[in-house]
Amino acid sequence: MSLAVEAKGLTKSYKDVKALIGVDLEVPTGTILGLLGPNGAGKTTTVRILSTLLQPDAGSALVAGIDILKNPAQAREIIGLSGQYAAVDENLTGRENLIMVGRLFRLPKNTAIKKCDELLEKFNLVDARDRVVKTYSGGMRRRLDLASALIGNPTVLFLDEPTTGLDPRSRLLMWGIIRDLVRDGTTVLLTTQYLEEADQLADKIMVIDHGRVIAEGTANELKRKVGGERIEVRVPLDRVLETQNLLRAIGSGEVSTDVDHLTVPVVGKGGTKVVEVVRALDAAGIEIEEIQLRQPTLDEVFLTLTGHAAEEVTV
Amino acid sequence: MSTITKSVSAEYAAKHSKIYWLAHDSIIVAWRNLLQFYRNIEALFFDAIQPIIFILLFAFVFGGAIDVGDSSYRSFLIPGIFVQTIAFAGASASIGLNDDMAKGIIDRFRSLPMNPAAVLLGRTSSDLSRGVITLIIMTITGLAIGWRITGGFFNAVAAYLLLLAFGFAMSWIGALIGLSVSNPQIASTAGFAWLFPLTFVSNAFVPTESMPSWLQVFAEWNPISSIVAASRILFGYPIDTSIGSFPMQNPVLMSVIWIVLILAIFMPLAIRRFKVATSR
Repeated sequence: MSLAVEAKGLTKSYKDVKALIGVDLEVPTGTILGLLGPNGAGKTTTVRILSTLLQPDAGSALVAGIDILKNPAQAREIIGLSGQYAAVDENLTGRENLIMVGRLFRLPKNTAIKKCDELLEKFNLVDARDRVVKTYSGGMRRRLDLASALIGNPTVLFLDEPTTGLDPRSRLLMWGIIRDLVRDGTTVLLTTQYLEEADQLADKIMVIDHGRVIAEGTANELKRKVGGERIEVRVPLDRVLETQNLLRAIGSGEVSTDVDHLTVPVVGKGGTKVVEVVRALDAAGIEIEEIQLRQPTLDEVFLTLTGHAAEEVTV
Repeated sequence: MSTITKSVSAEYAAKHSKIYWLAHDSIIVAWRNLLQFYRNIEALFFDAIQPIIFILLFAFVFGGAIDVGDSSYRSFLIPGIFVQTIAFAGASASIGLNDDMAKGIIDRFRSLPMNPAAVLLGRTSSDLSRGVITLIIMTITGLAIGWRITGGFFNAVAAYLLLLAFGFAMSWIGALIGLSVSNPQIASTAGFAWLFPLTFVSNAFVPTESMPSWLQVFAEWNPISSIVAASRILFGYPIDTSIGSFPMQNPVLMSVIWIVLILAIFMPLAIRRFKVATSR
């Protein structure tokens, strides 16, 4: 299996803040690696180094076999970058933005125009193509930004928090686009603050905190590590103590209680576990006011892996 | 499909020289800057009105108060305002580049296989073309209030070219400032701050003889003074070049030296700065 991205010992400090401390990562060709972590963990710094925008203090990186520190110009011909904020020009139309980037990618004019129209079609922006970007919604801007990153047909794509700030519909649309790209052979490294997003998209997830990789594996491996999914129930206040005992028997970890809200991690098939909980509570005559099965949140992942919550650290 | 387009792009890129691509990329960036600028109606309005205000303000407010010898203050003043306005255009490179940096556009450019110098050359050339418009507006305003070009056609052309070349050089200083400060607010303050002493401690508005002698030395070796003196001579305003320091005796030569010197220092500095410029 060939590697599209191979980085070793990436280290970077800003003044007295250590942003990255010896990060190693590998992305096999044609797969998605999800870099999961809170703000300030070092996700953006990693992406900026790998996309040649930032020089690391130490370490090395190959992208599609090209040494990005020795040949950044060559690397730029095969990478695409879509940053955390849509880097599109507000006073230009969608089409003008794309054609500009295409031509700076050194596509011949006709190819740039053809490719631009293809992408506008694919990303559902045809109707808005001649409107200035100022009038676009957040989701449209992100899609246009991604289209800009794709106009040069990159083999490796870096996406820094591609869905942060998007509404659920735009997020789903973005996920579909990313899946399609990988199906067509593109390699993707994406960063995210959402476990669900990493779970949905990534073949492999790396959890990063304070500039270090603290866990890695497939979504399932990781979830096993943090104790799987969560069942959350709400019961009448006077039955909370009983419910705690019942949940402790079914779950695989501590039951956390917030007034009448109880949460317990479960391993194995979540659906089956929900049925078990419902049966047990029903048998005890406890009325269930609310029940849900959900993924652990980033906070819960961090709490388990690091012993501290995913607090916001600004770099 | 992707491999086919890839080879088209690589083949196409290899067909032309490095210089060709620098020009190609710069023209695209300049086109984008102008498109962006001319769609911003407010900016366009103030950009057009500012030179008119400057000319009228100085001509009518100071016009009667300042004694410059036997010639009228207006014909003394107008080349000075030309130079000041052109010099202030250097700030637009600071603001424009910093704004692009803050919005991530610079990151986008830096992730592309384009020539990095083209982002700056595109910016300074689009500012240059705005300088042409500014000079036209100021010339018309000047002519309307009685200023006349008396130095002959070719000298006048030389004066305009000198002014534009100076504006181009100033844009590179502005570019370096814009890439070095952390946000657009600071860029707009820092972009202008250094221009006030530079343009006012010069011969642009008052003869340098009226200044204290230590300030007079600074004023006469100020590049602004050289360009102003050269413009006055080329537009036909009589200047005695037999007196004063070396720059005042050879203003045209000194202007060319200043422009070349500024470009030789600030182009490489700005390009080097650009290569490491990041939005945070």
